[in-house]
Amino acid sequence: MSTVFLALQTNDDTRPLIEAILADNPQAVLREEPAMVKIDAEGSLVVRRSSIEAILGRPFDLQELQINLISLSGHVDETDDEFTLSWAH
Amino acid sequence: MQMDLRTVAIKPLRQTFDHVARRLGADKPASRYQEGTLDLQMETNFHYRPLWAPEFEIFDKRRTAIVMADWYAFKDPRQFYYGTYTLARAKLQETAEGDFQFVEERGLAELLPDELRQLAMEMLLPLRHVAWGSNMNNCTMSDYGYGTAITQPCLYQAMDQLGIAQYISRLGLLLGEPEDLDAAKAAWLQAPEWQGLRRYVEDTLVLQDWFELFVAQNLVLDGLLYPLVYEHFDRFLACRGGPTLSMLTRFQNEWFAESSRWVDSCIKVAAGESAANRERLEAWCGHWLERAQEALTPLAARVFTDGAGEVMAEILEQFRQRLTKAGVGGGQ
Amino acid sequence: MDMKASKKKLGLKERYAHLTRGLDWETSYQKMDDVFPFDKFEGIKIHDWDKWEDPFRLTMDAYWKYQAEKERKLYAIIDAFQQNNGHLGITDARYVNALKLFITGISPLEYMAHRGFTHVGRHFRGVGPRVACQMQAIDEIRHSQTQIHSMSNYNRHYNGMHDFKNMIEKVWYLSVPRSFFDDAVTAGPFEFMIAIGFSFEYVLTNLLFVPFISGAAFNGDMGATTFGFSAQSDEARHMTLGLECIKFMLEQDPDNLPIVQKWIDKWTWRGVRVLSLVGMMMDYMLPKRVMSWQEAWEIYFEQNGGALFKDLARYGITIPKCVEQVTKDKEHISHQVWSTFYQYGGVAAFHTWMPSDEEMDWLSAKYPNTFDKYYRPRFTYWREQEAQGKRFYNNSLPMLCQTCQIPLVFTEPDDPTKIAYRESDYQGEKYHFCSDGCKEIFDNEPEKYVQAWLPVHQIYQGHCFKPDVDPTAPGFDPLAAVLDWYNLVDGQDNKDFNGSEDQRNFAAWRGMATRND
Repeated sequence: MSTVFLALQTNDDTRPLIEAILADNPQAVLREEPAMVKIDAEGSLVVRRSSIEAILGRPFDLQELQINLISLSGHVDETDDEFTLSWAH
Repeated sequence: MQMDLRTVAIKPLRQTFDHVARRLGADKPASRYQEGTLDLQMETNFHYRPLWAPEFEIFDKRRTAIVMADWYAFKDPRQFYYGTYTLARAKLQETAEGDFQFVEERGLAELLPDELRQLAMEMLLPLRHVAWGSNMNNCTMSDYGYGTAITQPCLYQAMDQLGIAQYISRLGLLLGEPEDLDAAKAAWLQAPEWQGLRRYVEDTLVLQDWFELFVAQNLVLDGLLYPLVYEHFDRFLACRGGPTLSMLTRFQNEWFAESSRWVDSCIKVAAGESAANRERLEAWCGHWLERAQEALTPLAARVFTDGAGEVMAEILEQFRQRLTKAGVGGGQ
Repeated sequence: MDMKASKKKLGLKERYAHLTRGLDWETSYQKMDDVFPFDKFEGIKIHDWDKWEDPFRLTMDAYWKYQAEKERKLYAIIDAFQQNNGHLGITDARYVNALKLFITGISPLEYMAHRGFTHVGRHFRGVGPRVACQMQAIDEIRHSQTQIHSMSNYNRHYNGMHDFKNMIEKVWYLSVPRSFFDDAVTAGPFEFMIAIGFSFEYVLTNLLFVPFISGAAFNGDMGATTFGFSAQSDEARHMTLGLECIKFMLEQDPDNLPIVQKWIDKWTWRGVRVLSLVGMMMDYMLPKRVMSWQEAWEIYFEQNGGALFKDLARYGITIPKCVEQVTKDKEHISHQVWSTFYQYGGVAAFHTWMPSDEEMDWLSAKYPNTFDKYYRPRFTYWREQEAQGKRFYNNSLPMLCQTCQIPLVFTEPDDPTKIAYRESDYQGEKYHFCSDGCKEIFDNEPEKYVQAWLPVHQIYQGHCFKPDVDPTAPGFDPLAAVLDWYNLVDGQDNKDFNGSEDQRNFAAWRGMATRND
């Protein structure tokens, strides 16, 4: 299985996102670097709207991810409820 | 070690970049619009000719018949660089979003008389294709154009037109069903009253002189179409069904008022440069004005029936005044 | 009619499809091939443009909203950084030299990307790719402007950046990035997408923006960090576009595979050569280092790129040909490039210097197989020379590679003591290359690469002096005349960091900030 990743800026907006992603993806590994984090995961990584909303306590549009996203790898699949990264092989 | 960087008074070595200072005539502080626009495009020592147009350099002044001593004579009166552009559009979209939500939540579209709703869809939905044509044409201008001062706002205009196409589509989904968008496309392709306009749009899609395209699209077509649809037709609908539809087309209305200022300033600068430019612009205006009039008259007739001639005459009169102010006497 | 009852809520994908797809139509008053004249000549076969999967489904209203949010944040930080003299908070003024290379060599490329994506955003036949390319086109002008605006305040206080636009068109080493992008935008639209959308954005730009910008943060430059990461947030969309584009081409027709593979091989190598400048920035120009070039290469190219190529293997794509050589070169490249700029520091618009003992120890720890063996002795010698007042400057003009335009300074992949030279004959002329990769690119398309505006040739031909200069005048100094044409101020913009005006000013200004009087 190949690794996918998502890199985010570290700031007040992304803290709940990172928390939700790590909770939803037990296989994910967090790497902290200056001003950013990189979340690596074997095979796939999913970002769930409902988990983020539960932490934030407000409605969240997954496209808000765009504001603080630094980089990613893997195929993207985006719906209203989930943002998924994966490799087919 | 205590360091208070704020209290240090430093005399800078220079105020701005040299290429900006040369244009300002002195080394003085420059605006973000200036630093983000002036001379950004490469002009010399290109490495290779485009495989797809080997007769030209990558950026080439010879792609239009308009001749300018300095292509940075064009200025955007709105002073749009990316930051100011997106902030201005975010503000417009916030209002539009509020309007759409208001109409949706209160079920205002349902309160419209059926006949009026049908007419609004019939007249407005095919315009998403016109906006899409303008999106392509403004991309062409930004692609073949010369100098960031004019190519930059052309791309903003292209993106605006994509936004307009999407707002019209959204209006269609609010007033009707996805199938209504298909029906509008069928009308665009086949209905006799739309064929003049479609032919106009398609003929502009293959224009090679990007400044002529600017005239045909941004000056002439938009200059007649927007007043016809978003002023006259809008008033017609408002008189019969209240302000709901005006709310759903407010973006286009406000956008047109803003972007026309930029379009006029470009025409004024190009026409003011030389008699040859002015004559060229007048010839283009004359040609495209006649075509645009032909293309829009059947649409005006569909709504205003016997009053169509009067409406078109009023729009033309206003447009001619606009041209005169911009220093072009075309279309007389 | 009860409208409410018949209305179902549309999901993101459906809604996007209605709002964007279907905007186009088959033209009939003009031929489709006249409306889209450029998307067939490269031989790529597309049967159904509607099979394009939109990677990010951003409508313009959402685009404006989120991008404005990013811009608001970014400019708030830039303003604060400038008002508070944030530049005095960086680790050390040597750091600014990395920014000089950035604004002269990279920001103008962002502008070229803007125009290039505008071109393909107009000329692809399908709505999906067209819209995605247009969004990238407008993002790219954002990148060039936010970089210029972030660095504007550095330009007010430090040398070397003051005439970046003039320099990218003229200065010898800047023709490396310049020609790279000129090459891409003069190609057909599909090749452009493989060159920039795929090879550069997906495979290579992480190397520039992620570790380097993280390094900027580490060195106290919040301005650069913010524009860097803010640009990267668009990059996530761009990378996805590049990947979608390559999948689309490969799924449309099996005949596309060999064409695409050739482009991947070409553009990976072109990109690797350009990025050797970034390698030098990471290993030598950041006073505090986050990771070495080699480490960044391993994470972002070998690991992530490896996963990508494994994924693309199902289409028959193989890992780019150059990878074997690059794997050997990664232990050498940054040292060789820095050595070159150190020697030619008299004709570069940024300062160079020899690393300190502590920095050399870091380099030997990061490059245990190569640094002490091949580079430390040379650097130690140059340092001794400098201590004796004989700072070494090479005043000869180097031979450039006809393809990548880097001087012939790289060594043979299997022999780090031997400079690599390759050559080809074309129409009775001899052309020189730095590598097999560059020679092969030339041999595939000689009629394109013979056109290159090679800075050294141009100097020899007398094209790099101001118009009023008389090269036959007694005492004519060609080097000074070239610097004058570059608008590179001798003694300010160039030469060693030690003794530079930048060094003096930074020390004085910091002194003012730390004294209590």
